[in-house]
Amino acid sequence: MNLSLLLEMSASTLEDRPAVTSGSRTLSYAQLDAAARRCAAKFLSMGATGVVYCGTNDASFPIAVFGAAYAGLPFIPLNYRLGEEQLQPLVEANRGAVIIAETAKVPGSDPEMVVLRSTLLDASFASASDVELPPFVDPEDVAIVLYTSGTSGTPKAALLRHRHLTAYVIGTVEFAGAEPEQAALVTVPPYHIAGLANLLSNMYSGRRIVYLESFDAQVWLDTLRNERITQAMVVPTMLARVVQHLDGSPADAPTLATLSYGGARMPLPVLEQALELFVGTGFVNAYGLTETSSTIALLGPEDHDAAFAGDPVAKVRLGSVGKVLPGIEVEVRDEDGNVLAVGEPGLVFLRGEQVSGEYDGGSVIDAEGWFPTKDRGWIDGDDYLFIEGRADDTIIRGGENIAPAEIEDVLRRHEAIVDAAVVGIPDDEWGQQIAAVVVLAPGKSVGVDELYDFCQQHLRSSKTPYRIEFRDELPHTPTGKLLRREVLADLLG
Amino acid sequence: MDIKAGSRLACPECSVELVVVRPPSSAVVLTCGGVEVVDAAADRPGGGHADASGDGTLVGKRYADDDSGIEVLCAKPGPGTLAADGREVPIKGAKPLPSSD
Repeated sequence: MNLSLLLEMSASTLEDRPAVTSGSRTLSYAQLDAAARRCAAKFLSMGATGVVYCGTNDASFPIAVFGAAYAGLPFIPLNYRLGEEQLQPLVEANRGAVIIAETAKVPGSDPEMVVLRSTLLDASFASASDVELPPFVDPEDVAIVLYTSGTSGTPKAALLRHRHLTAYVIGTVEFAGAEPEQAALVTVPPYHIAGLANLLSNMYSGRRIVYLESFDAQVWLDTLRNERITQAMVVPTMLARVVQHLDGSPADAPTLATLSYGGARMPLPVLEQALELFVGTGFVNAYGLTETSSTIALLGPEDHDAAFAGDPVAKVRLGSVGKVLPGIEVEVRDEDGNVLAVGEPGLVFLRGEQVSGEYDGGSVIDAEGWFPTKDRGWIDGDDYLFIEGRADDTIIRGGENIAPAEIEDVLRRHEAIVDAAVVGIPDDEWGQQIAAVVVLAPGKSVGVDELYDFCQQHLRSSKTPYRIEFRDELPHTPTGKLLRREVLADLLG
Repeated sequence: MDIKAGSRLACPECSVELVVVRPPSSAVVLTCGGVEVVDAAADRPGGGHADASGDGTLVGKRYADDDSGIEVLCAKPGPGTLAADGREVPIKGAKPLPSSD
């Protein structure tokens, strides 16, 4: 199966149904399909070996994604906000690819291969091309190359083949299952797996996508109402901004049936406030990795509702990423590779048709097909998966494994704190000691001693930070993942 | 006929088009309305099925035959009904999930 088939089926079945809206412009499924085919022929006539996308979210994004698929070329979205120093090597690594860009000047590019993003929407672009599209694209071919945001340093090129992505879509989405009035609001960046998986799922289900080029809490809320949005997806930092912006007043988004979140760990206080403000909206937590073609576990609306209603078991599960999808197997192993029992925390391994686990340099899938996520977590008796965080982030203090997220959650519960980062700093006596960096809410203040007491009330003493510092903000990736190595460097510097 | 993953197949008599999700593990004759399916690029005379009984084939549904292991996705619907070596091929149960993305 090839990604282009997903759009081809929707176009031939749904035809004039609206597929994508950006600004005042809406393309139907048939128009989107025609534009993608036209661009595919143009890319081939240019002799392109790939399609690099270096721009914001709008209707040109799906045209480029499906254009690449029709042409049988890999699609390579880059973060156009990267500095020249970081962008140039990524562009140079993809020499030969056509570059769909925001502006004509892209560092490290061959000017002949740069196409302005807005051109893709222009019917005259590629209209004269008589290049034929390949009749068969091998499901084994690389469909998408994603440079993982990587909280640990140098970006790695993760490879997703057509078979991984199509397995995810046809395994989890009912074809044309969306009602004609359904619309999804998308603000996740195009160079993130969530943005790509979202596009494929929505196009296959027949749901209109509404793109916002950049995120602003008020614009986002206005768009929910004006476009009668039924589904929206946010990363935790966006939801935190919306909650802050609403400042206790109801969200007033009557058409919003589902609000899903993922991309980074959601702070519980933000989620609890959001559940209160979005009345009638079902919440979905999606957990997945770039290397697993997006979502592998879901915590659904019923779980959120039960927790909000006070069910003690559901409240604990609100801290989980939900149940693993059908078709995905999970194993939790110790450092020596032994499979652990229910409830025991360890390293999370995944297996399934949508799991790629492959990088430009080779595959990390083991002989039995398991992918090491490098996340630490555990499974409860009813198959709910709990993720503690990256294995590399675990603090080992006096031989005890401590997940920074648990301490961060406690700190964020303090009314004067909006953000918190916990890291282990080297210590001669304990191996590592716990240090916390916190950000104050606007207009609030709190002393360090009060925070120590607050932590001690809510945590075991071995988990209480021994050092707490204040900062104006914390470093995050574009999807809101905390960059702990930068926090650590700051504390040690 | 060589049936590999990603191959596009079509019914010579009706509008049904299929994409192979999983190739068969053993040789199998896949038919639509009793007529063997062909490569989608091959000649398709059309004309309809002499025997149009059965439920037909629905777009977006996956059809899987456990005995041979073949699984196909219907890309274009039609009145013909799929069979593998004469066995009717059932729809593989869909598992729609709450919208996560």
